[in-house]
Amino acid sequence: MVLATLSVFSALMVVLSKKPVHSVLYLIFCFFTIGGHYLLLNAQFLFAVHIIVYAGAIMVLFLFSLMFINMNKESEPHKSNLLKVAATLVAGCLLLVLVSTVTDTGGSLPAPSSESQIGTVSNLGKALYGDYVLPFEITSILLLAAMVGAVMLGKKNIE
Amino acid sequence: MEFIIVKFVLVLIVFLVSLGIAAYSTYAERKIAAFLQDRVGPDRAGPFGLLQPIADGVKMFMKEEIIPTNADKGLFILGPSIMMMTACMTGVVIPWGDTLFINGTEYAVQITDVNIGILYIFGVVSIGVYGIMIGGWASNNKYSLMGAIRASSQMISYELAMGLSIIALIMTTGTLSIREIVEQQQGFHWNVFIQPLGFLLFIICAFAECNRTPFDLPECETELVGGYHTEYSSMKLGFYLFAEYINMFISSAIIASLYFGGYNFPFIDQLGLSHNMLTLLGTLIFFGKIFFFIFFFMWVRWTIPRFRYDQLMHLGWRIMIPLALVNILLTAGVVLWKNGQLFN
Repeated sequence: MVLATLSVFSALMVVLSKKPVHSVLYLIFCFFTIGGHYLLLNAQFLFAVHIIVYAGAIMVLFLFSLMFINMNKESEPHKSNLLKVAATLVAGCLLLVLVSTVTDTGGSLPAPSSESQIGTVSNLGKALYGDYVLPFEITSILLLAAMVGAVMLGKKNIE
Repeated sequence: MEFIIVKFVLVLIVFLVSLGIAAYSTYAERKIAAFLQDRVGPDRAGPFGLLQPIADGVKMFMKEEIIPTNADKGLFILGPSIMMMTACMTGVVIPWGDTLFINGTEYAVQITDVNIGILYIFGVVSIGVYGIMIGGWASNNKYSLMGAIRASSQMISYELAMGLSIIALIMTTGTLSIREIVEQQQGFHWNVFIQPLGFLLFIICAFAECNRTPFDLPECETELVGGYHTEYSSMKLGFYLFAEYINMFISSAIIASLYFGGYNFPFIDQLGLSHNMLTLLGTLIFFGKIFFFIFFFMWVRWTIPRFRYDQLMHLGWRIMIPLALVNILLTAGVVLWKNGQLFN
């Protein structure tokens, strides 16, 4: 309950903060609270990987580019009202979709497993490389394609 | 209830020991530097200058505390706090010794044995980057910012190679829990003989992660004044410097437990001592190994000059990562071959 309040609060602060760097820091904090939820669900491995990958690597790169740009109030580009309305509409549609999916699946949630070993590394590995091996491999090919694409784009700029 | 008290005492001991060792590492560093450069080193405070760390600590506390006018105050204070916190958090999962029997109950000389010990350490280390980044940015100084950006890009780059070198180790041990890894190295079956390349990669990455010479570009005095802590004074600066020494202590402990058998030593079963005595002896030997690696850190610092920044990135991305990948492939092949699953 406390954790949920904290994550909602930090998520709100991401949007409401005046400075971009503060927003990113709140986002990192938000990731930590989400990681806490994983821990409560007995998924220690997922928690650790979540912290390492999202909080540890991706957000550092975010912070990195923000610090280079060093945005402040004066340099912030002014957006027209039309853009603001459009953005609100799009975000509202997304919210609608999300809420409807949540309410759809709400009734058929699997009962929380009482087994404490469900989220351990070996169980997760067996599930990923046993039952779900094809989706797993396809995902890794997708990531590989993204990596090759990024390298190609980077090379073009040099030449 | 008893469980909580025992754990609390253990936490307190580990905390105090890491602080004490970090404090005396500063003394050891100056003495070793003096020895390597044929000087005397600190010898004024107390016999052989042994009170020097205490004098330094008092000096740090007494200095004037300055927060720059244009700095982001909250974040300026948050930076060193994160740094210190993460430095102290990693000691939790390290097995300091075998088990002790007190009044017939068995206690492990370790605060907690989580089944993802190694990943926990990686997570905490990756949070440590924020201490430097936030501190460097909040100072509102271009030298600090440059230092912070150097530090974070260096740490991210070397974290990759470090993770890859650990994967090969996990393939041979088959567990992520540091205690189990140490227990597998009973006697003289140390992992360094199984994974020599992995160990080499790991120790180089450990140097880079601790921002030690030859990888101390983030605080390169000749180019960046003081690096990310240029604007810091008093104990906030002390925290940054102190956290570096704690990190050094912890990474020495991790190297010793992953690759050098932790509290195991050769002929452990032939001494004929009681279990408790063996545990105490093992812990002492573990600390001996740790001190050797701390000495190694300092030895390298005063022997090798620092890299240029592009050389550092070249080493990280073009040499360390490919080598680590080759190591993984080789290890995987050998493990499969030993299990008779290759070419069947």
